[in-house]
Amino acid sequence: MSILGTRVVRTEDPLFLTRGATYTDDLVDDRLTGALHATFIRSQVAHGRVLSVDTSAAREAPGVVAVYSAEDCTDLDPIPAGLPMVPAAMSRPWFASETVRFVGDIIAVVLTEERYQGEDAAEMVSVDIDTLPAVVTTADALKDETLLFPEAGTNVMAAFGEPEPADFFAGCEVVVRQAVVNQRVAPVPLETRAAAAAWGEDGRVTIFCSNQGAQQAKAQIAGWLGLDPALVHLVTPDVGGGFGAKIGADPEFAMVAWLAQKAGRPVKWVENRSENLVGMLHGRGQDQVVAIGGSRDGTVEAYSLLVDQDCGAYPRFGPVLPTLTMLMAPAVYAFPKVHAQARALATNTTSIGAYRGAGRPEATAAVERALDLFAAEIGMDPAEVRRKNLLPDFHEPHTTAMGAVYDSGEYVAALDKVLDAAGYQELRAEQARRRENGDVKQLGIGMSVYVEITGADTGLGAGESAEMEVHPDGTATVLTGTSPHGQGHATAWAMIASEQTGIPVDKITVIHGDTDRIPRGGGTMGSRSLQQGGAAVHQAATELVELAKQRAAEQLEADPADLEIDLSSAGLSVRGTPGAGITLAQLAEKEPLLVQTRFEAGGPTFPFGAHLVVVEVDTESGKTEVQRVVTVDDAGTIVNPLLAEGQRHGGIAQGVAQALLEEVLYDADGNPQTSTLADYPFVSATELPSFELVDMATPTPMNPLGAKGIGEAGTIGSTPAVHNAVIDAVAHLGVRHIDMPTTPMKVWRAIQQAQQEGTH
Amino acid sequence: MIPGPFELVRATSVEDAIAALVEHGDDAKILAGGHSLLPLMKLRLAMPAYLVDISGIPGMSYVRVDGDEVAIGAGTRHHELEKDAVAAAEVPLLPYTASQVGDPQVRHRGTIGGTVAHSDPASDLPTALLALGGDVVVQGPEGRRTIPLTEFWLGFFETALAEDELIVEIRVPRTGSAGWAYEKFTRRANDWPIVAAAAVDGRVALANMAGSVVRATATEEALARGASIAEAAALADEGTSPGADMHADQEYRRHLARLLTRRALERAAGAASAAA
Ligand SMILES: Cc1cc2nc3c(=O)[nH]c(=O)nc-3n(C[C@H](O)[C@H](O)[C@H](O)COP(=O)(O)OP(=O)(O)OC[C@H]3O[C@@H](n4cnc5c(N)ncnc54)[C@H](O)[C@@H]3O)c2cc1C
Repeated sequence: MSILGTRVVRTEDPLFLTRGATYTDDLVDDRLTGALHATFIRSQVAHGRVLSVDTSAAREAPGVVAVYSAEDCTDLDPIPAGLPMVPAAMSRPWFASETVRFVGDIIAVVLTEERYQGEDAAEMVSVDIDTLPAVVTTADALKDETLLFPEAGTNVMAAFGEPEPADFFAGCEVVVRQAVVNQRVAPVPLETRAAAAAWGEDGRVTIFCSNQGAQQAKAQIAGWLGLDPALVHLVTPDVGGGFGAKIGADPEFAMVAWLAQKAGRPVKWVENRSENLVGMLHGRGQDQVVAIGGSRDGTVEAYSLLVDQDCGAYPRFGPVLPTLTMLMAPAVYAFPKVHAQARALATNTTSIGAYRGAGRPEATAAVERALDLFAAEIGMDPAEVRRKNLLPDFHEPHTTAMGAVYDSGEYVAALDKVLDAAGYQELRAEQARRRENGDVKQLGIGMSVYVEITGADTGLGAGESAEMEVHPDGTATVLTGTSPHGQGHATAWAMIASEQTGIPVDKITVIHGDTDRIPRGGGTMGSRSLQQGGAAVHQAATELVELAKQRAAEQLEADPADLEIDLSSAGLSVRGTPGAGITLAQLAEKEPLLVQTRFEAGGPTFPFGAHLVVVEVDTESGKTEVQRVVTVDDAGTIVNPLLAEGQRHGGIAQGVAQALLEEVLYDADGNPQTSTLADYPFVSATELPSFELVDMATPTPMNPLGAKGIGEAGTIGSTPAVHNAVIDAVAHLGVRHIDMPTTPMKVWRAIQQAQQEGTH
Repeated sequence: MIPGPFELVRATSVEDAIAALVEHGDDAKILAGGHSLLPLMKLRLAMPAYLVDISGIPGMSYVRVDGDEVAIGAGTRHHELEKDAVAAAEVPLLPYTASQVGDPQVRHRGTIGGTVAHSDPASDLPTALLALGGDVVVQGPEGRRTIPLTEFWLGFFETALAEDELIVEIRVPRTGSAGWAYEKFTRRANDWPIVAAAAVDGRVALANMAGSVVRATATEEALARGASIAEAAALADEGTSPGADMHADQEYRRHLARLLTRRALERAAGAASAAA
């Protein structure tokens, strides 16, 4: 039996759960001996003119070795906007010297012998800022009254598509239009950002940092610092979560390298949680308007989506997000007409980047909310409306109105499976009973059907590299360009290599995140790793067996075609002659048994699924309790169900979090209101039921493993299902829409308002 | 997230701690479980020059019956109170409320003296204590004195405790089989209360409805007049002055105070009739 598809327990875990991982902060490395600690002085004002920065007192503070601000940084060009569609004027200075654009903008940095001395010294830097009006919302930004970058002449970072044509819904019997907020959230990885850098006598710099893709981060840092990339060695040690916010280098990483050069000593920076909550990229942040039109029999004829994307102060991935939202706007449906428009806007807030799903969850949230609004308007069961409009099953590529080419889809089957597993009819009957009784605790049933894009070509190709070497002692090493930070690649990649070679999983070491050893790699993001990186390991192992056959053929004086892999001995044997053979380890004794390869995927894949969520809403207090989450997530062939379920669990949890709890808040002046974990309510196990996961696997032809992405699907499906369930619970009281997060206060107020409107 | 510089004084007796307070005055702070003080210090909202650690003083953690009262040592951790058999029999409201504080880690560190001294209006045990009524026993250079709980909390982070005094004991009446309830409203299980209501023996106290924990006096008076639970609970927010934050504005907080008071009174009545 193949090891693939079995629940191999994570080989990473014994170490992670006992001694602990080795994060950047934990590194014990000769190169970092005597490292100074960097503490950034950040703007406490969202928008203003910097009048003066006085570092003289800080320079005299205990342990301070150096203090730097804009006047010391004349050798670097500002960080370019970096995206072709964004005005070049929207660049970021390394140190704000004239204008601060968000609470968290870097003004100065102190280097100290000990970390705690940095916090003491930072308090002594005095910064005088003349406050300007802050642009806090996308609506403010669109007015273009206060400009973040006056030279750009606008707050619009990028615009996509045309306004909705006036007659777009002409002929529709029913049209529903609704503003929908897809709120800004914080990724909150358990490991905050961290970096350390040391220059060698050879003129090369080694940078350690917590990131989702060493190769990409290295290229960016070299570019920013004007360094020959060959002089930069970047290492990502163990990484404690990223969720998209650790894609690409952060300016702080490059600055740590720059500081190490200036100071002539290694430098280390580990941010604290408050710094993380304002300094690390946020996610989502879309103000949407959805409009849906069709006939009373439930057929949707036209769907329109307007997206105003909050990008924060400086462009990161924010301006790209709405393009993914637009691409996925048609979703799983056969809508005859789909329209989408988007504007990406600068605001005086923390920059927005990718966060679990990055643009796709926002598309699913919009359309799934729209369908429920439409169903409520015509008085039809939401499952029925979906079934009427889903694309019929297809196994040949399907091109959507927005130009996405879906590989295959069985959306009706996914919906039916989840409804069956949940016992949909009984749930509706129970709901009807409670409504009839006027119970305080009402039942809400919410659903979503989704399709997303994974393994998209990020501009670096839709492929991945891998190297495999078998050693004379029978162990093997696999080098991968992916960048695990919790996903379990060490286990899965070893399983894939083992399946081809017979080398036991525990004898295979997987190495990642070192640009000297692995110069090419795409990192881990966009649910790409297994379908590209895993497939590359598969290809490497296959090629290694072929190479071994050539070598063994000489030694055994046999025809390579007569040789076959003997998995039980991890060796090659002559077909029909048991016992006569040679192991891979023996072959490696003579000369290195090693292959380097690159796998190119046939294209992106389009995982799909359906989620059904049951909530109980206390109609007196407005509080929601999630009772059941039932999901179908079709990720193609599953290599390790344990790992795939882990991805689904985490994804679902983050979806529940966005629907019910989490939101990054600013006051009207752009001051963050959620900069500690006492204020930012991230989700924990106490708010979640056990998840009911239903199997469905439609292999993709895009890679030999048949695998599609699973890292983000859980979030994409669960967010709208939970959101819809909460509104469904109070729909009979006249409530049509409540924005996320559906906090108790918002739910209570929506009920109050609906009742008032009902009595007038 | 790193506190400013400070000196640590490890007190070995109550007298020792008081002497340190006298010596350093304004610059000194008592450190008990540290679960309110240390977060403030890490955010540099508090920067005491001296920390007087009282957790090593023997004999500060106990729950015992003393006449008509239950006496609780100031050093008693929330977890100890939660599991205490004497408390469960004599004042069941307290161990239950203790079980609702934060998470297990918080309950293993935080002390009843600390939560009483801290005077955060959004804290659980002070709300239950205020509903119970009773006294705070404090000790200073001149010896001990007793402050009624109803006069102890003066406002946000403000108490009747003098700078050189230490809380040594909390005393509450034995409630035996009287009905009781604690209704805590949170968004997540481990959170601080957005609003909470404690009810015991016709008395009701509220968390987070003013600068300190407060009694719902209008409700209590209505109950004493013989009003129904629903009528009395509808008055729970009278005289309160709740704040607004991201979880609740004033209107919603007032609503929660009335709702939780009603639920607490109903539950307390149910418990009382079950016991009878
Ligand atoms: C994550 C987290 C969640 C929490 N959740 C809740 C919650 O849900 N509900 C809740 O009610 N509380 C909660 N708390 C607070 C917790 O209950 C604290 O432990 C308690 O409020 C303070 O007790 P302490 O012993 O830790 O006091 P410390 O932090 O040590 O001290 C607090 C203050 O009291 C003073 N002090 C302490 N002991 C004495 C004494 N004997 N005499 C005079 N002054 C003294 C100190 O000088 C300081 O000013 C939470 C805390 C944390 C960190």
